[in-house]
Amino acid sequence: MAAPGRVVLLACGCFNPITNMHLRLFELARDHLERTGLFKVVEGIISPAHDKYGKKGLVPSTDRVAMAQLALSTSDWVRVDSWESEQKGWLETAVVARHLKRQVQNKYGSVVDAKTDGPSRKRRKTRHNANNRDEPVGSSTQVASGDVQLKLLCGADLLESFAVPNLWSDEHIKELVSEYGLVVISRAGSNPEKFIYESDVLSKYKSNIHLVTEWIQNEISATKIRRSLKRKESVRYLVPDAVINYIKEHQLYQPDTETS
Amino acid sequence: MSSAQKITDDIFKMAVNGLRQKTPVVLLACGSFNPITNMHLRMFEIAKDFLEKSGKYIVIQGIISPVNDKYAKQGLLPANHRLAMCNLAVQSSDWIRVDPWESQQDQWLQTVKVMRHHKAKLEEQQHGLMETPSKAKKRKLNTRTRSCSQSSVEDIANENEVEEINSRNNAGYIELKLLCGSDLLESFGTHGLWKDADIREIVGKFGIVCVSRAGTNPQKFVYESDVLSEYENNILIVTEWIQNEISSTRIRRALRRQQSVKYLIPDPVIDYIKKNGLFTNDNDILIRSASKYETSL
Repeated sequence: MAAPGRVVLLACGCFNPITNMHLRLFELARDHLERTGLFKVVEGIISPAHDKYGKKGLVPSTDRVAMAQLALSTSDWVRVDSWESEQKGWLETAVVARHLKRQVQNKYGSVVDAKTDGPSRKRRKTRHNANNRDEPVGSSTQVASGDVQLKLLCGADLLESFAVPNLWSDEHIKELVSEYGLVVISRAGSNPEKFIYESDVLSKYKSNIHLVTEWIQNEISATKIRRSLKRKESVRYLVPDAVINYIKEHQLYQPDTETS
Repeated sequence: MSSAQKITDDIFKMAVNGLRQKTPVVLLACGSFNPITNMHLRMFEIAKDFLEKSGKYIVIQGIISPVNDKYAKQGLLPANHRLAMCNLAVQSSDWIRVDPWESQQDQWLQTVKVMRHHKAKLEEQQHGLMETPSKAKKRKLNTRTRSCSQSSVEDIANENEVEEINSRNNAGYIELKLLCGSDLLESFGTHGLWKDADIREIVGKFGIVCVSRAGTNPQKFVYESDVLSEYENNILIVTEWIQNEISSTRIRRALRRQQSVKYLIPDPVIDYIKKNGLFTNDNDILIRSASKYETSL
């Protein structure tokens, strides 16, 4: 039996601010993937969106990155990547995924890609080489054990946003589900399977979409946090203490910012 | 140890003397806390915000009172563990503390008895601040900004004024309220679970702050109960709009299944559970017949 394939989880979003719910997504995804016996999750990446995303009330990315870093200070496997936020303009998710895939490739060895003809020559000599099973050259669909996949971690809202006209390009949707794969966390009572069923491209790559149910309802959206902060209500135990302190010190999310 | 171990004299004085329009409140949450979760902690925060936003109250302390081991609920960890975890959970809070009294008694106690105990303790502390003629005189002398003859000071510090000040500080002035979820409120309707007299005392004499999630309808439940309706004004219902259903039952389930509970309960509590190998065995699997009122507190 092949050793579990290594996975890196990537979450894109505003993280305005980061909340315990975002942090939970990673925990849920890792537990789920590893429970299948097919995967070993080696890293999690949070990539806050560029300021030019243009959403009202979006605080500067330097703050959003700083808060995410504070939130992750107690995590030993999830980190923040600021590359996306440091580019000249807003980037599509697929572009960010491509960049981080290269980065992950360099770090762990070649990333399995449906288009390659086998393991890349660039692979570094690392521990996983010893575990490598012999893959026939030209085989492009198997996950060679030890190679790393980059998967997109998201909530059901992102999955369903694929249906919004003109929001995503068809090519990007296809790229994201076929080359990377999705791990979608949705709450009990929602119906992501139905949504996949109703989409041809998603149905085609269904095996690359991992659905995880969050049974412990934890709907701590950033929108609600911002609302509470504007109303001077406590957000303790919804957002890490270090993030709350940062928000206070930098006077973020005050009443005169976004109106929603 | 929580930094809110004791209501200091300063806070007391401020609450009692300085804020005449606002009623000082202490919130008491009883329950298993098996283990404590972020949801329990949120309950305190939501209740405090709600009470203070009304302009009528100032919340001076929150008390977590874990239930006695003799409550004998399946899978209930020994009180020493539950207390330790609660203490770890509140160490970063400056107003919530843990009280071991209930868990240290020889037997399980009804909620109303725990409330009476804590109310009595509050009264003891208040007594320490009660006015006497000599105290009043001293205070007047110290705070006088205008010159005044010695004799008029003595006139002021008389029996009437002392009585007036004491009536402000009297036993009922600091209110002790039961903090709970709507499951506890609704459990009042379960036949045989609560004594009628106890319900009356809890809602009539003390008062309840009930934190419930959007979509439930505790107001309807109050309406349908004669005794609760009678004390409607003493039942403050707060909606938790940010759904956060992190019940202890679900935490225990996740731990049994070796799933992560990070960000659902405080990190120090997770460390404690790991270090002591808690919640790993299957004692809890024999779930009692789906009792709607199995509170997860």
